[in-house]
Formats: sequence, structure tokens, C-alpha cells
Amino acid sequence: MNHFKFELDGDGIALITFDSPNVSMNVLSAGVMSELGELVEKISTDDAIKGAVITSGKKAFCAGADLSELGSGMMDLSGLSEDEAKQKLFDMAFRLNAQLRQLETCGKPIAAAINGLALGGGFEVTLACHYRVMATDTGAKLGLPEALVGVLPGGGGTQRLPRLMGVMNAAPIMLQGKQLDAEKAKEQGVVHEIAPLAEIVATAKELVKADPMGAKQPWDQDKFKMPGGAVYTPAGMQTFGAANPMLLKETKGNYPAQRYILSCVYEGIQVPIDAGLRIESRYFTKLLMRPESRNMIRSIFLSKQALDKGGARPAGTQREDISKIAVIGAGFMGAGIATVSAQAGLEVILIDVNQEGADKGKQHAIDHFAKGVARGKVTQEKADAMAALITPTTDYSLLKDCELVVEAVFENSELKHKITKMAEEHMAEDAIFGSNTSTIPITSLSEASSRPENFCGIHFFSPVEKMMLVEVIVGDKSGDRSISRAIDFVTRIKKTPIVVSDTRGFYCNRCVMRFGEQGLAMLSEGYAPALIENGTRMAGMPMGAMELMDMTAIDLAWKIQEQTKKDLGAAYVAGKSDPIITKMYELGRYGRKTGKGFYDYAEDKSKSLWPELNQFAVDGLKSVQPDVQEVKDRILYAQAIEAARCMEEGVVKDPREADVGSILAWGFAPYTGGVLSFIDTIGAKAFVETADQMAKDFGEPFKVPDLLRDMAAKGETFYGRFGGKKKAA
Amino acid sequence: MTEAYIYDAMRTPRGKGKKNGSLHEITALQLATQALQAIRDRNNLDTSHVDDVVLGCVSPVGEQGADIARAAVINAGFAESTAGVQINRFCASGLEATNMAAAKVMSGEADMAIGGGVESMSRVPMGSDGGAMAADPEMAYDHYFVPQGVGADLIATLGGYSRDDVDAYAVESQKRAGKAWEEGRFKKSVVPVKNQLGLVQLDHDELMRPQTDMQSLAALNPAFRDLSAFVGFDAVAIQKYPQVEKVNFVHHAGNSSGIVDGAAAILVGSKEMGEKLGLKPRARIVSMASIGSEPTIMLTGPAPSALKALKKAGMSASDIDLYEMNEAFASVVLRFMDDMGIPHDKTNVNGGAIAMGHPLGATGAMILGTLLDELERTGQSTGLATLCVGGGMGTATIIERV
Repeated sequence: MNHFKFELDGDGIALITFDSPNVSMNVLSAGVMSELGELVEKISTDDAIKGAVITSGKKAFCAGADLSELGSGMMDLSGLSEDEAKQKLFDMAFRLNAQLRQLETCGKPIAAAINGLALGGGFEVTLACHYRVMATDTGAKLGLPEALVGVLPGGGGTQRLPRLMGVMNAAPIMLQGKQLDAEKAKEQGVVHEIAPLAEIVATAKELVKADPMGAKQPWDQDKFKMPGGAVYTPAGMQTFGAANPMLLKETKGNYPAQRYILSCVYEGIQVPIDAGLRIESRYFTKLLMRPESRNMIRSIFLSKQALDKGGARPAGTQREDISKIAVIGAGFMGAGIATVSAQAGLEVILIDVNQEGADKGKQHAIDHFAKGVARGKVTQEKADAMAALITPTTDYSLLKDCELVVEAVFENSELKHKITKMAEEHMAEDAIFGSNTSTIPITSLSEASSRPENFCGIHFFSPVEKMMLVEVIVGDKSGDRSISRAIDFVTRIKKTPIVVSDTRGFYCNRCVMRFGEQGLAMLSEGYAPALIENGTRMAGMPMGAMELMDMTAIDLAWKIQEQTKKDLGAAYVAGKSDPIITKMYELGRYGRKTGKGFYDYAEDKSKSLWPELNQFAVDGLKSVQPDVQEVKDRILYAQAIEAARCMEEGVVKDPREADVGSILAWGFAPYTGGVLSFIDTIGAKAFVETADQMAKDFGEPFKVPDLLRDMAAKGETFYGRFGGKKKAA
Repeated sequence: MTEAYIYDAMRTPRGKGKKNGSLHEITALQLATQALQAIRDRNNLDTSHVDDVVLGCVSPVGEQGADIARAAVINAGFAESTAGVQINRFCASGLEATNMAAAKVMSGEADMAIGGGVESMSRVPMGSDGGAMAADPEMAYDHYFVPQGVGADLIATLGGYSRDDVDAYAVESQKRAGKAWEEGRFKKSVVPVKNQLGLVQLDHDELMRPQTDMQSLAALNPAFRDLSAFVGFDAVAIQKYPQVEKVNFVHHAGNSSGIVDGAAAILVGSKEMGEKLGLKPRARIVSMASIGSEPTIMLTGPAPSALKALKKAGMSASDIDLYEMNEAFASVVLRFMDDMGIPHDKTNVNGGAIAMGHPLGATGAMILGTLLDELERTGQSTGLATLCVGGGMGTATIIERV
């Protein structure tokens, strides 16, 4: 056996140590599962084995299924009829369930000694053991995060966990990915004992020897009662009566994984566990056949992971360490960048025009760390140590040993030019200068640089602490190493970098502007304001289009609009949103920050759409309102078409970066897997047909780029056409 | 096709559907038994001529389970040959039961039948029978299920019925019911419920509050607001009605139907069987209809069911002298009157379930009896009774005095 060590002690108790070779993390790959089957068979049939304890030789117990296997389509279904394909997928899905069921009914007591993190399939293996002992001193956690990447716990999790702790307690673990630490797990009856790491195997062996359950799971005992009540009891009715609307409110019907999990539980706990496991495997199979799970695994898990490891790095460059940076400009963005950098253990020189400003920036970091202390996330010592990494100053000479400088001053070209020159006087020859501008072309900013090959854009989103994406902007003269170093920095602070070329709005802001703009276009066309907002949210966007406008501020939108007009001159084409933004700006309705915008904001934080929005409907409110599907399509298509245009122009080059960027930066409907997965799933041909009709009905924003038309003609997908180039990541 | 005639209609008084209600100590079986016995005794009926008894009951579990209609037939001492069947069309069960009894007569399956219903809401609480509709994700999640109260509030929101509008409707219902009792307008139908000793246990509707005014109603908190905020029913409703920004929660205990216990029965038969038994027909069943409507808002079925019944009868809304539309919630009646273009002074003239209560399985038969009594009292001819129904349905019946 490759993945498991097997040792039998004098009492006949087998210690099985899960320890896959050449990896840092145990996962349930096909290879592991086949060995697991052999193990279960051995435990069942070898009379010398009286019981078993399963533990792990890694820091974590097991991180779950091998998502790269799941995401890659798993098996060849070609030549099969639809029903045959379903059956083949089901047989594969049911394999783990059958093995684990055999384990828990083998008649010998089995315990899990959970030394560290046990997630997904890892947690499910332990649930199929009769006893669980969990380490208290390793930060071990239990969880079923499958739904977060669009799949469902397919190793009996939806059946055993509710039977163990009740539907009410199990729901947030299965549906929202909530995790349990040792104390909570003990309190809720999910583990039997907790102990320091050094004692868990011994404690587990004690449980196996004592075997108070007679080697039978609770649900295999004669007197088993569903904790918290079966479905059709008053308590059960209350649980499911609430679970359905609560989930629908969250998902808006867009996330089949959560919906199927709920059905697994509802249907599964009404029947014996063997039938429940079959039901779970059927829903698991059904889910794998849907695009949502494939797309979510790819973008939210696999692509993001690849980018987090620096997958967007230019060919021929290498990862280099980074330990000291500087941030110039200690305002809201600069202070945020300093905060996340110190949090990741980097030394930070935080420069502002005066000491007071620099100190204020550091205070922002101190306040942020204090919140972590209050929430019990970090210790006071750790918070103090992180704060100590930040040196607030006005002294540019401290830049001399910084490996990277992020400029985050006011959006003014002259000022930025001046700062660049001042910084480069003191910076090392090979240090990188990155501007956090969101509106000014990097190439024009780099004109002030004496080393433009070391100059690039490092574009953060606000609030920096929360937003996980960073655009690394390639100016005309940016050298590959500057991009590689920027990626070193971004990955070091645990954010996801994507590489974007230097065009107005770069990639993310360019697409997201289409979102707000489309909302306002519908307003001007007489769609009911509530329909626009609800339709936007139902499309899977994190907020309504006008809610977004209010949040990002209408005075800012107006300034960008006026600046663009000035920059483009005669080439500027006014959109339907322009007069609305102008009017709102004139009325002083700047959005959330002024308490009034497209919404009125009350003191209790509630908000209502401004009742006078109908004035923007050029021909009055439509007497027959469109179907909400039209709103959803307009919102999603407008953004996707812009992203496709960005691909055509080479603003982004890798579909993974476009997709992950769209989800992380502006929350583009995550169930789609991102803007380009959205198009790929619809299919270029069907997408173009719909978009062409929309262009006729709604105008310019729906004109598709030639690239898409070419893809439609050739039957290509983005991942097919552009996917192969960066495999090296 | 044989014509079906109504020969008699009775109902019990409605007792408060709580542990302190007068009928709480009377079994559902007794309520149904006494209703059947009243029909038999008031008409000196040889029950061997009653082919079938159809009783509505919405929570047919526990003591209301196992076909309470057949149990009541046996217990009432009817002829052994009389069959019994319990049916469930939620709030319209009593009217549907009567329609089915009439249909049996019309089709020739039965010559004489009883339709009616029973519900002891104090003894078998609403929801006791479970059901996939609110629990199974295939229903509740995929089809945007929300409780009917949220549907009623959604109707108010879409129709622009303010809290004042629905409260004013409730005050008027109480006023009308109070006046009707005062003037003895229900005397013909109401048969007191007797207790275990055979003594009168209840002879009036005990939930009524004729003194209700706008001020007393204003003190009541919306009933469905907090639950909706907690589990998101309003958010679910809005996903189905995305033109709505916020659900306006206007309904509360004072402008919604009351929870009560009671039973009702209606004797339906052919002309020939009536003549044979020496009975005088009071009205002819003109037409009947049941329809399905959008299930999330749930309670907009009455108008389409009424229009369908009118169409079947070749009539229009203005041909109807009086309407009874069950007062499940005030907004539902306001919407019905708007949809039909009919005035309030033709609708629910003696009040309704907001004042007197809504014993789910029985109400449909009760309001049909009330309609017939009022047509007779005022010398008018044609009436239509209808109810909104859970799951998005409507049932209606048109009768005409003979």
C-alpha cells in the first residue's frame, strides 16, 4: 500500500496512518479510494484484527476529495447513451459510499484519531467510524465545504451528519461551509473525545477497546431516533419550513449544490441509511452533470489556486522572496495596503507628506488588528508584532532597502510623477515601483521613471482588507521581472494576482462599469426600479445595479464620465446612463455616503428606492413590465461582452484570470464560474445569437466583438481557444 | 343531466379555536355527527335514501383522520348503506364537498347526498397533517412556497391596499356580523352544539367583537412581518414578484379570519327524490367551478373561479344578487371585489370569517348556507359563493332560489 501505513498492536488493534507519498496534504484521489477499499476488506475479513484506529501522518487529517479529478470530467463517457452515462457516473459516485458503509458495518469497532484539519471527504471518512477523537492543540477543524465550490458531500456527509447532530445543527455546516473546532465538535456531539495531539491515538484505542456502542453506529442501533425530530414532526416541519426559504433567499435559486443537499437530507433521513446513501449518490451524480459544479470547481478552486501560486507570472521569470516594501500615501488605500502587508509579515515603510498623516495610516492598521484580537482571531502579541512592522515616516531615504514600492497617492498625474522621481532617488536599482492608480494609464505614469522597465501598476480594490483580487498592470515599458516581482508581492500578502494590460479602466473596472450602466439604461427605458434591482440580485450579482452606483458614489461616476468625455473628445459616445448620473450629481444625491442616492438611507441602516426615480424613464414607466429574465440577461450579457472584448484586445489573456477576476473583484455571479465560463456554458453560437437580438433591442453595449463571432463560427470556447497556453503554472 | 337542488343547510355555531373555546371539549366526530343528525331530524329524513356524505376536512389526522365522514355517518345512526368520504381542498373543502355531492346527483350516481365539512382547529391544530408543500425542497424551494399570510400581504402590496383599507374592511365585517346576529339572520341555519349530557354547549359564534374600531385594530402588530424577516418569506415572494421592492405587511389577527371550531352540512338531491321524500327545494345549483392560480401569492383564485362558474352558467358578474367570498384575509376580499367590479354592499353583507371565524373544512358549506338564507330573507334570487384556497386555487358555486 502506498497511501496508508498499517500496524497491528498486541491487542489486535490496527493503527492505520493515512500518509500519501510526495504531497503535503492527503486527498481522496482515485488511488486512495482503491486502497481504502482494500483496507476495509482486510479489516472486515482478517480475524487477527479486532478493531482499528485511523489517523493521518500529515499536519492535516485529510482535505477531502481530489477536486482536480472531479473538475477534469473524471471519466470517459463517450459513446454512452444519456442513461448509461448517468449509471456509470452514479456507480463511480457510490463507490466511496459503499466502502464507508462497509467499514461502519464490519462488526469491529473503528475510531478516527483526528490530528488536524478534516474537510469534506476527510471528515466523511471519520463520520463512518464509530468513534472520533479530536486533537485540541493543532487548530484542527471539521467541515464540509463542498457546497462552496458547487459540489455536495458525496461520502455520506449529508446522511451521517444530520443523523448525528440534527438537521438544524448540520445545516450551516453542509450549506454554508461552517467549520467546527474541537470544543464545538465535542459540545455538539460530533466527536466523542478531545485530547492533546500526543494522546489522541491512545484515547482512540481506549474507545475501540471499551467499544460502548458495540461496533454499531447510532443509526444502526434498534432504538435510533433522529436528533431534533424526523421531517414530519412539529420540530421537523419547523426546520424544513424555515430551511427552504432561508436557502432560497441566499441562493435565489442559482446554486444547485445547496438545493440538492437539502433534498438529500429531506429525502434521506426519511429512509434507512443504506437508501439515504443511494439518494445522496444520485444527487451527487445529478450535480456533476450540471455546468455549475464544473465551472465553480474550475474557477473558484482550481484556477484561483493556480493564480495564488503565481500562475499569471510571465514565462521565463522566477519566484523571488520579498520581505520589505514601502507604501507611499497613507490614505484609505495606502493604509489598507500597509495593513495587509504587515499582516503577511512584511516590513512596511509607510510614507506620507507629513508625520501626522503617516501615523494616521499606521493607526488604521492598529485598529484593524485590534478587531482581530477582539474577535479572537489573533493574540494581542501577534497584533503588536504586526503593527511593529510598519514604520510611519516622511523620510524617503528609508526606501533604500525596500524591494517594492507601492504608490497610492491622490489620482493626479503630476503628483504621481513627482513622487516617482522622489522615490527613485532612494530606491535600489532593481527595486520595483508599482502605482495603485485606477484611472491613469501606467505607460504615461512611467514617463517620469528613470527605470520604466521596473515600473508597473498594482491595482488594489477597496476595501483592501476584504477584496482578494489585485490587478497587476503591464505598461508599455514594464519589464517581465517587474510583473513577476509584483506577483511575488501580491501572492505573499495572500491575494490573487491577475495580469492586465494598460487600458482605460484596466479589466475589472471596465466590466463592472457595464453593470451599473446597464442598470441605469433600463431605468431610462422605463423598467420598474425594483424590477431592475431585484433582477440584478437574482442574476447572482452581490447587489442591485443602483445599489452599486450608490456604494461606489455618484459624484465619482460623474467625474469619471466627465474625464472620459474630455479624454475622448469627439469619439465619446454618451450612454443612456449619462443624463441620469449628471442629474443625480446636480441634485447632490451622491449615494450611500450622503444618505441619499438612488436609494434613501434611513438611520437604522435600512434603505428604500428613491420614490422619484421614475422621472428618469424617458418615455415613462413601461405599462407592461418585462420579464425578470430580460433584466438578468441584460445585466450578465453586458458584462460578459465587455470581458470578451477585453480578451479580444488582449487586456486579459488567460480565461482563468478573466473568470477568477470577475468573481473576486466584482462578484460576478459566482455560480457561473465567471464571465467567460458564462459564455462558454451558453455556447458562443447561442450567446452571439441572443446578444445580436439584444443589440437590436437595447443597443451598443450588446454588440459582440469579432472574436466571439469567430468562436461561434468555429464552435470554440474560451477555454478551448485560450486555455492551453499557460499550462506551466 | 339531472338538476341538483339544495333542500336544507345548517351549521354549528363557531367556537373559539383555542383551549378555552367552548367547543374545545367537544370532539370533531361529535361536531360532524350533530351536523348530520340535525339535517336528518330537521327533514324527517329516511337516511337509507342518502347515498353518500362528503365532508371537507383540512387536517385529516388524529381524531379527524381515517375518513371522518364515514365515522360520522356511522355515529349519527344513519342507515348502514350511506357511504362517507372526506375530501380536502384546503379552505374551500366545505364548498367543494357540496359541489361533489351535487355532482353525484347531477351525474346520477346519487339521488340524495350531503355535502359539508368539519374542523376542530382547537383539537387538531392547522398544519398537523404535515405535507410536502412547505417542507420538501422540490415544492417549497423550486416553487417559491410562502405561507398564505405573506401571500395576503403581497396582494395588499400589489393592489395598494393600505393598513387603513384592510382595517376598515375588518371593522365593517364585525359590524355586519354583529347586526346579523342581533337581527337573528342566522337563525334558520345555526343549530346549537350539545355536550356529553345533551345540554347546549354553544349557541352563538363566540369569537365576534362587534365593538372593534380602527383604533383597537391599530394597536395590533403585523402577524407575518417578523417571521418573514427571520426566514426570508418576503424575499422568496419578491423573487416571484420582482417588481415589488418590499412587502407591505398589513395583516394581523384582527383583519384575518379567526381560528374556530365548527361543522356544517347541506342536503342536496334530485327533484324526484325530493318529491318522493316530501321535501321542498330551496335553491338550484346553477354551476360550479374550481381553478388553479399562481401558487406563491396563493389567494387570487376566487375571481377566476367565479368567472369560470359564471361563464358555465352563461351569466355575468352583474347577474349575481349577492356574493359570499370567504374573508380569509381582508386584502383577499378587496382584491376579489376589484377583480370582479362588484360593490361591497353586495358582498359578505352579514360579515364573514374575520368576525365569526373560519373552521377550515366547514367554512365553504357555511357561507353557502348564509348566502341562501340571505337571498331568502331579502327576496333576491341568485348568489355566488367562493373561497380562496391554499396552493393557489379557487372554488365557486352559483345558486338560484326556486
